[in-house]
Formats: sequence, structure tokens, C-alpha cells
Amino acid sequence: MNDIEVENITKKFGDFTAVDAVSFTVAHGEVFGLLGPNGAGKSTLIRMMTTLLTPTSGSVRVNGFDVVESPNEVRKSIGVIPQAMTSDLTLSAEENMWIFARLYGVPGEKRKRIIGELLEAVQLSDWAKKPVRTFSGGMRRRLEIARGLVHEPKIFFLDEPTTGLDPVSRVAVWEMIDRLKRERDLTVLVTTHYMDEADKLCNRVAIVDHGKLVALDSPMKLKASIPGNNTLEVSFSHVPPGWLDTLKGLPDVAAVTPSDNVFRITTNNGPLTTVKLFEAAREAHAEVASLSVQSTTLDDVFVYYTGRQLRDAVDEHAVYDISHIYGRR
Amino acid sequence: MNRILAIIERDLRMFKRSPALIFASLMLPLVQLVVLGYAFGGNIKHLKVGVVDQDHGLEAVKLGNKLNAIEATAQTFTTQPYHDLHTALTDLRNGRLNGVINIPPNFTRDVLAQADPQIGLAVDNTDNFTAGTLESSLANLVNDYYKNGITPRVAPTIALQTVELYGYTPYIQYFLPAAIALSIFITAMIGGGIMYIDDKARGVHEGYLVTPIGKTELILGFTLSGAIKGVMAGVILMVFGTLIAGIPDPLDPWRLAKMFMVIVPTSIAFISMMFLMMVRTDDPLVPRSIFGVLNTLLFFPSGAIYPINAFPSWMHWIAIVDPFTYAIHGFKALLLKNTGFAAITGDITFLVVFSLIMMVSATALFRRTF
Repeated sequence: MNDIEVENITKKFGDFTAVDAVSFTVAHGEVFGLLGPNGAGKSTLIRMMTTLLTPTSGSVRVNGFDVVESPNEVRKSIGVIPQAMTSDLTLSAEENMWIFARLYGVPGEKRKRIIGELLEAVQLSDWAKKPVRTFSGGMRRRLEIARGLVHEPKIFFLDEPTTGLDPVSRVAVWEMIDRLKRERDLTVLVTTHYMDEADKLCNRVAIVDHGKLVALDSPMKLKASIPGNNTLEVSFSHVPPGWLDTLKGLPDVAAVTPSDNVFRITTNNGPLTTVKLFEAAREAHAEVASLSVQSTTLDDVFVYYTGRQLRDAVDEHAVYDISHIYGRR
Repeated sequence: MNRILAIIERDLRMFKRSPALIFASLMLPLVQLVVLGYAFGGNIKHLKVGVVDQDHGLEAVKLGNKLNAIEATAQTFTTQPYHDLHTALTDLRNGRLNGVINIPPNFTRDVLAQADPQIGLAVDNTDNFTAGTLESSLANLVNDYYKNGITPRVAPTIALQTVELYGYTPYIQYFLPAAIALSIFITAMIGGGIMYIDDKARGVHEGYLVTPIGKTELILGFTLSGAIKGVMAGVILMVFGTLIAGIPDPLDPWRLAKMFMVIVPTSIAFISMMFLMMVRTDDPLVPRSIFGVLNTLLFFPSGAIYPINAFPSWMHWIAIVDPFTYAIHGFKALLLKNTGFAAITGDITFLVVFSLIMMVSATALFRRTF
């Protein structure tokens, strides 16, 4: 049985279709990434899977339970880390966790032990009694990850867990998610804007755009799926006439984009194209001035599937900014 | 100059786009104008006066007619016949009457015999405004007793013997019940209104909603936590207020217990009312901007600072549905008259029923999913 089964799910807000007939499954133990530009429908999807939104049509089963018919069974099976940091700042780390343990109905004798274990796991044991207001963004995020696991869920939803964190904290958060996933046998569904993270940590990623699922596979297969799996950036001592056509005619070349003296060549066979490129340059008496060879990244995959235009969508879950009241959020 | 204009432009543009702010800055003074304008110094009317006729003679009937005439014209009071003085005085003590007129057994005989006829007036002087109005109205009646009619050759002077039921009530004591109710209201407004919406805006409630907590559990949790804070505020104000205002025997445990019995449903009533107002609200500016309007609209018509009997009828209607009215009535009965439980059962009943209606409505309107 799959831990998450999304079948033909659609969510409309008035005339606006936020999620349009999306289907996918997430197997047990998988780390599943949900990628997409701002306003693509990722948050709406997560909110439907976590029982916050009712789908307009289609069905979602989480841990075998339908989100509409048995929402409480779903809620018991999942841990959710929302995008906004919601820990109470004046309470200590331990108190924040204690409250959620009670909300989830974790029995009294178990509560203390689990909270201790989880704070240890996210390396906040020394900070257990300190008010959260003294925590850095990364620490707060780690606390929320621990908080989301306090009832020992099977499936863990994280909505942009590393947004706004510095690179070191980002790495720490991901290492923690990875370790917790292995130790606690979790299935993880995560949304992120950082393609390198998704590449390294997700078993499979789904790319969502305009509310539709546009690609779904392992990062490696996705990278292989787009034309050109290497990119050469090359510049020459001088540009011989008809040079662009010569470059386009090299074996396995998918596309050539000139920019001043620099040519960006995408190719399906980096090594072969490179060798032929040098040969062609020698014949044309042009010297290669600089050359870099890059593998296709998930960024390229993302841009390939979602295009380059900016997404200016109305945020259907407008969040009121009250940071002026509470200081740093 | 450009920089100054930039700041002005930004602020004015923001203001233009915040309906809640515009509403607050215009509505509050308007509401205050209307409510406060009518809340002070109107003619006190429709006081409830019990009439005990122990005489049943001709002169008693004549007096009754004169009372009816005032009832029909100036409308200062409405009379209610009582058979025995004891019941009338009990109702007076329990706040069901504002005054009791006693026509003694030999009234007609004394008038005819010119033997110093007297009528008695007992007033609930914990409210100096109503007591004063009743006293002056009846004093006029007695003075003008022979004005419209055939004046006997030797007209006997009817004496009005006024009995004040309680010691003198200074205004600070009169205002104390209102201060206690206000402390609970402000706690509800901050805890149940402002902090609730701020938590919602921060996404804290979404954190609750992904747990298996039920709708009713959530509303009960929010209401009871707010009510506990309200009770704490009310109790602190009660203890310090009675000491500051000089209420006799301030720490009488039985009275404190009865006060507690009014403070608890008052807190629940205010907080549940606030939740009902906030249940579909997301904008943190809303509770902040309605704070003043709500305070004016509910506090002043409740009889907190001036008797309800002086208000126009629309303010009466507010007073009837306003939890402030019942809280203040209950606190007044206990603090100023040290009444028994019977005087506050009506108040407690209203506050409990009001809370239930508010909580059921809030639960019905609360959206667990969207």
C-alpha cells in the first residue's frame, strides 16, 4: 500500500483553479519532493493532503484513510510543519512540544520521554528550557520539526522547511530530516525552492505548474529526460564566420545560445561534443579561450518544465503581517 | 520636501486601503456622541414602585389615583399593588422594585381627623439617581395633594416619611461594579479578540487544525482559557476595588463566593461573545478597531454609570441583550446591598444562556476545513 495516494484531485477557489486534476502516489519510506514556482499550487496540494482544505473533486488517501471521510485518522498519522514558524515565542522549547503532545493525545507517561528524545535528535537538548524568542531561525525550524514528530507520525509533511535559513542551517535541517526519516521509518513529503536540496535528498520529485503536474520521476531520470544533459560554456579568441552553424552541427548538440563571445551549448554527450569542438576550432584557426562543462541540474529541469516567466499570482492564503507586533517572525 | 511627502503619501495610501481603520476613526466618535449623549442626565422614567395599601379607605384610593396620574403623564414610575409590606420590601431589596409606597392602616382616618397623616416611602438608595427622582416626585405629589380639587378649610399636611434602605452610597462604590465588569471585558477583548486574531494570522491555529482536535474542543479550549483570565482580572478588581472604594466588610467570604458566581458566567459570556465576533475574522486590525466602539456600545447603556431608566428606548433594547447589564446588576446587588442569592439568580441565568447561545453559534460558524 502506498502511504499517500492522490487521485485526480482538483481545488477551485471561485473561478480560479489552484490545483487541476493532479494524481500521484508516494510509497512508504520515500522522500517525495514537490517543486514548483510560487503560486503553482504546492501549498494548496499540501493543505488538501493535511485535511486543511477540502478538495473540490478527486480523492486523497493518506496512510490508507480518505482525507474527507476520516480526517482525524489522517491527522493522527501525519506530522505537519507549515511554512510559517508558529512556535510560541515566550514559551520554552519543551513547553511548545508539551502543548502539542497534549493536542495529539500523547499519553502522559510517554510525553516526557518522547520530548526528550526528539529535542536530543534535533540537537536542542541544551535549549529545552529556554524561551523560543532567543532562538535563531534555524533552531526554531528544528524545534518545529521535533514538534511535528511528537506523536510519532508515519508520514511527515514539510512546507518549505528551509526557506529563509542560512546555508549552514539549511544543511543542518536537511541532515536532521534525513536522519529522523531513517531512524523513525518515515515517509516524507516536502516542498522546496532549493533544487540542490531536492536533488540530493528526494527519491522522486514532482514538478507542479499552473496547478498541474508537469513532471514526476527521480531527479536522475528527470535530468536525463530533458534535451542536453551537459552544458558547455565556451569562448574563442575570435569568432570565424558561420561559426554558430558549425557549433550547431557538432555531434549530439541540442541547442546553442550565443551571448557576445560566449557560446552556451547544450549537448546529450558532453565528452564527445568537447572533443569535436576542439577539432572544429583547430580547423577554423580559432583558439578556445575558456571552456567549462556542467552537468544538467534540477534547476535546468525546473526551468525546462515551468518556463522562465515570473509567476505573479494572487496568494489565496493571504497572511497578515503582524511582525511589527511580535518582532522577528 | 520630497521625502516628507513620500512619508505622508505612504501613510495616507495605507489609511485609504484599511477599511477597519477608517471605520474605527469615524465610528467611535459617532457612537460615543450618540450613546454618551443619551447616557447621561436623561429624565428617569418607568421606575418600578410597589404600593402597599393597608388603609383601603377613600383617601388611599384618592392617593392611588394621583399616583396613576403621574404614571400616565410624567411616567416617572409604574406602580404595582402589593398586599403586604414584607413582600414588597423583599422585592425592593432584591432589586425588583426601585421603591415601595406604604399607605398605613389609618391613613383616611388621619386625613379626615387632621391627625398628622403620613405615607411611607422606602427607596433603594444604592442608586442615588433613582432614589432622588422617586423622593422628589412623591414630595411634589404630597405638596400638591390639594391643588386640583376642593381644598378643605383646614388642609392637613401629609407627611412623607422616607426610609433609605441602605447607608449612603458614594459614587466610587456605585461605579465599582462597572469597573469589575470592565476589567473582565478588557481581558476578553485582548485575550479573546486581539491575541486570538494575531495567533490566527501567525498560522498558530493551522498548527492546531492539523491535529485531531475537534471543533467543539477548540472553541471550548479558547473560551475557557479566556474565561480563566477574565475571572482572574475580575477577582483582582473585586478584592482591590472593594478595599479602595470602602465597601463595608470587604472580605465577607459568603459575599465573595456569590461575587465569584457572577464573575465566572460574566467572563464566559464576554469571551464567547468575542469569539462569535472573531470566528470569521482574519484581519488583526479588526479587533483593535472595534474595541472602542464595542466598549462604548455595551458599557454605557448597561446602567453602569447612570440608571437605565433614564435612557431612550433604543438604548433600553441594547441594555436588555447586553451581558454588561446583568453583570453590573449582579455586582451591584452583592456589593452595595449585600443581597442573597435570589437577587442574582436572574442575572446568572441570563449570562449562562447568553454564553450558551454565543458558544453554539461560534461553533456552528467555525470552519474546521476550508
